[in-house]
Amino acid sequence: MFKSLKVRLAITAVVFLVALYFLLPTLVTQIPSPWNTYFPKDKIHLGLDLQGGMHLILEVDADKALESMMQRTANDLKESLMEGKIRFRNVEKAPGATISMELTDAGGKPALEKILNEQFSDLEIASSSPRDGGQIINLKIKDKRAAELKKLTIEHSVETIRNRVDQFGVAEPEIVPEGENRIMVQLPGIKDPERAKNLIGKTALLEFKLVDEENSLDEALRGNVPEGSIIAYGAREDKAGSQRGQAPYLLKNKTLLTGASLETAKVQISDRFGEPHVSIKFNSQGAADFDRITNENVRKRLAIVLDGVVHSAPVIQERISGGQAQITGNFTMEEARDLAIVLRAGALPAPVNILEERTVGPSLGSDSIRQGIMATLIGFVLVVIFMFIYYRLSGLVADSVLILNVVVLLGILAGFKATLTLPGIAGIVLVIGMAVDANVLIFERIREEMRLGKPPRAAIDAGYSKAFLTILDSNVTTLIAALFLFAFGTGPVKGFAVTLSIGIVVSMFTAIFVTRIIFDYFVWNRNIQKISI
Amino acid sequence: MEFIKPGTHFDFVGKIKIAVGISAVLIIVSILSVVLHGGLNFGIDFAGGTVIQIKFSKAAPADAIRKAFAGISVEDAIIQEIGENEVIVRTNQSMTKELQAKVEGAMAGQFGAGQFEIRRIEFVGPKVGKDLTNKAILAIIFSWIGMLIYIAWRFEFRYGLGAIVALIHDTIITIGALSLLNKEFTLTIVAALLTIIGYSINDTIVVFDRIRENRKKDLKRNLGDIINASINETLSRTILTSFTVFLVLLALFFLGGPVIHDFAFALLVGVVIGTYSSIFIASPIVLAFENVHISKGKRKK
Repeated sequence: MFKSLKVRLAITAVVFLVALYFLLPTLVTQIPSPWNTYFPKDKIHLGLDLQGGMHLILEVDADKALESMMQRTANDLKESLMEGKIRFRNVEKAPGATISMELTDAGGKPALEKILNEQFSDLEIASSSPRDGGQIINLKIKDKRAAELKKLTIEHSVETIRNRVDQFGVAEPEIVPEGENRIMVQLPGIKDPERAKNLIGKTALLEFKLVDEENSLDEALRGNVPEGSIIAYGAREDKAGSQRGQAPYLLKNKTLLTGASLETAKVQISDRFGEPHVSIKFNSQGAADFDRITNENVRKRLAIVLDGVVHSAPVIQERISGGQAQITGNFTMEEARDLAIVLRAGALPAPVNILEERTVGPSLGSDSIRQGIMATLIGFVLVVIFMFIYYRLSGLVADSVLILNVVVLLGILAGFKATLTLPGIAGIVLVIGMAVDANVLIFERIREEMRLGKPPRAAIDAGYSKAFLTILDSNVTTLIAALFLFAFGTGPVKGFAVTLSIGIVVSMFTAIFVTRIIFDYFVWNRNIQKISI
Repeated sequence: MEFIKPGTHFDFVGKIKIAVGISAVLIIVSILSVVLHGGLNFGIDFAGGTVIQIKFSKAAPADAIRKAFAGISVEDAIIQEIGENEVIVRTNQSMTKELQAKVEGAMAGQFGAGQFEIRRIEFVGPKVGKDLTNKAILAIIFSWIGMLIYIAWRFEFRYGLGAIVALIHDTIITIGALSLLNKEFTLTIVAALLTIIGYSINDTIVVFDRIRENRKKDLKRNLGDIINASINETLSRTILTSFTVFLVLLALFFLGGPVIHDFAFALLVGVVIGTYSSIFIASPIVLAFENVHISKGKRKK
C-alpha cells in the first residue's frame, strides 16, 4: 500500500505523537505555564469504580403523575359542570387514572361531551351505561396524550434532578434518561452518598393547606374524616426534647398554593434560637395569591406541607403582602440547605424509586487503580520476555510495538473522552496478550516460508500477506463479541468492551503495519541474509 | 525456540470419537453441577440484593461480623473474606437509608467507631436484575449468531456450524467450571463469556483459514486429510497465541484484585477450553457436516 519506508515511518510517528499529545495531561500532573495552553486539559476519564462515586438507576413513577393530574382534572371538571349547569353526582377520580361520574339528566351526556371538547380535550369517554334516567360515565385520558405526559414527566424529572445536583455542587455529574421510565445518575467523587440520595430522591412537593378547625380532630382520628378534609402528620414541635413524635393535623384537602409558585428559597438563621430555617419568596403570581389567601384567612392556621408531611401550621396573624414566608421545623444546617436546594430546583413531577445503587469509596478506587497498574505491568513483562525468548530479535520488534499499542490505546481513550473502568484496565491487559497474537501468526508464517527455502525478503513478504486475512478475520470476531458486550453492559463492563475494541483495532495497526516497517528497514537497507526469528 | 517442532502428523480427525466423549463428559458434568447447585450462583446483578464491602483496621472474625448483622435482623448475610481485614457482605435485603444506618451502627457497636470503613455499597433491585438476566442471555445468544453469520460469510456455512458448536461447547463448560467452584455469576462473568466467544474462535479461524488454503492447493485431496494436515501445520500458532493471552490472564488472576479475580478465572478456563475445542471439536465437525451436507444435497437433486 505504502511502499516508501519514509512515508510509513512518518504515519507511525504522527500516530504516536498525536496519542502522546492527548495523553500528556494524564501523564504529567502539571504542564508548565507557557505550554499548558497548547495541550488538552482532560486527563483520562476514570469510571466511578476507579475514582469513587455513586451510580443510581431511578425509576420515575410516571403513573403517579398521571393519577395526580387526573385528581386535579376531576376537581376542575366539577367546577365546569357546575358552571355549565349540568346536573351530576359523585365526580371522583377512580383507579387507573380515570374519572367516574354520574349524570342525573338524560340530556347530560351531549352537554358533557361539549364541555370535554371545549375545555378538556385530553379526556374522552371510556364507557357509559344508563342508570335511573341518567348515565354512569367513565372518563379516561386519551392514550396518545397519556404517553406524551409520561414522556414529559421523565424529561421534567431529569431536568429537576439536574438542577438539584448542579446546585448541590458535584463535578461532572451525568444524568441521562434510560429506557422508558428510568434515569441514570452518576455522581463522581461524592462524599456523602446518603445525603445526595435524599436530595435526588425527594419529591419536594410543597403545599399550603388550611387547617380544618371547624371539625374535630379527635373525631376524625376515630375514623370520621369530614368530606373535603384529610389527616396529615407532622413532626411535633417540641423545643425541649429532641424526640420527634408524630403530631396529627386535620387539613382541608384543597391545596391553596404549591412550590411551583416559588421564586427562590434560601437558608436563614433565626435570631431568637440561632436555628436555621428556610425562607421562601413567591413569584409575582404566587405573592398575589399568598396576599389574597392570608387576607381571607386571618386568625386561621395555614399548614406548610412538604411531601405530605406537615412542617408547621402557624396562625395567620395578618395579611401578608410582599410574598415572603418561612418554613421552620428543627432543621440541622445541612437539612435546611438541602431543603432550600430542592425547593429552588422545584418538585419532581412524580415520585422516584431507587432501582439500583452502586457506591464506591475513593480508597477502594485507588486500590483498584494500583492493582490494575500492577497487573498490567506484570502481564506486559511476561509477554515481552516470552516473545523475546521465543522469537529473539523479531520478538523484540513485536515487543517494541506493544508499547506503541498501549500508548495509542490510552491516547484514544483520552482523546475521545472515553471512560476507563477497572474491567477496562483488564481489557488493556488482555489486549497486551492478544496484540502479539498477530505477530505470532506472522512470525510462524515467516518461519514456515523460510523452511520452504525462501530468502528472508520473500519469506517476510509471504508471511505478512498470507497472515493478514487470518488476523483480520480473527480480530473481527473479537470485535463482534465486544460490540454485543457494549450493547449489553452497564458502566464498568462497557469500559471493558471499549478498551478491548480500541486495543484490537490499534493492534492491527501496530502488529501488522508498524512491525513491517522495522523488518523492511533491516531487510532492504541492511540486506540481511538471516532473520533472527 | 520452538515448542512444537514442524512436521507433526497427529491424527486429530481420527480421534474425534475420543474428543466427543471427553467433551460430552465435561458438558454433562457442567450441567449436573448447575442442576445440583440448584441453578447458578447468581450475584446481585441478576438476583437482586445488596453487597457491602467493609475494611477493618484490625482483624475482624467473620463470626463477629455475622453476629453483628444478625443483630440488625440481616440473618442471610454471606460473609466473604477478600484480602487483609476486608470482607464482602451479601444479603438479599434492599439497601435502604435505614439499613445503612443500622449497618454502620452495628459495625460501630461490634468493632468500635472509626475501626472500619464501608468502601463499597451495591444494591440492585429485583426489577433491574430481571432485565439484566434477559439482556445477558440475549447478548450471549446474539453473539453466537453473529459469529455464525460472520464465519459463514467469510468461509462456508458448515464452517460456521463447526465454529458455533465449538463456541457453545466452550461457553457451557466455562459456566460449568464456575458452577463447580460455586463462583458467583455476575455481570463481569458475562463479559468474560462474551470475550471467550469472541476470542476462542480466533484459533478456529486460523485452522479454517489453513483448511481453505490447502483445499485450493489440492482439490482432489480428501477433506479429512486436509483438515488433519491443517491442524498440524497451525498447531504451533494455535497454542502460542493462546499462551500469550494465558500469561496476561495469570497476571490478572493473581494481581488484579477481588473484582477481577473471578473474571480472569473464567477467561483462563475459557481460553484453555477454547484452544482444545479449536483443535479437537470445530474442524472435525466441519467434516461431519460436510458428509451430511452432501448426502442431503444429492437427495434433493
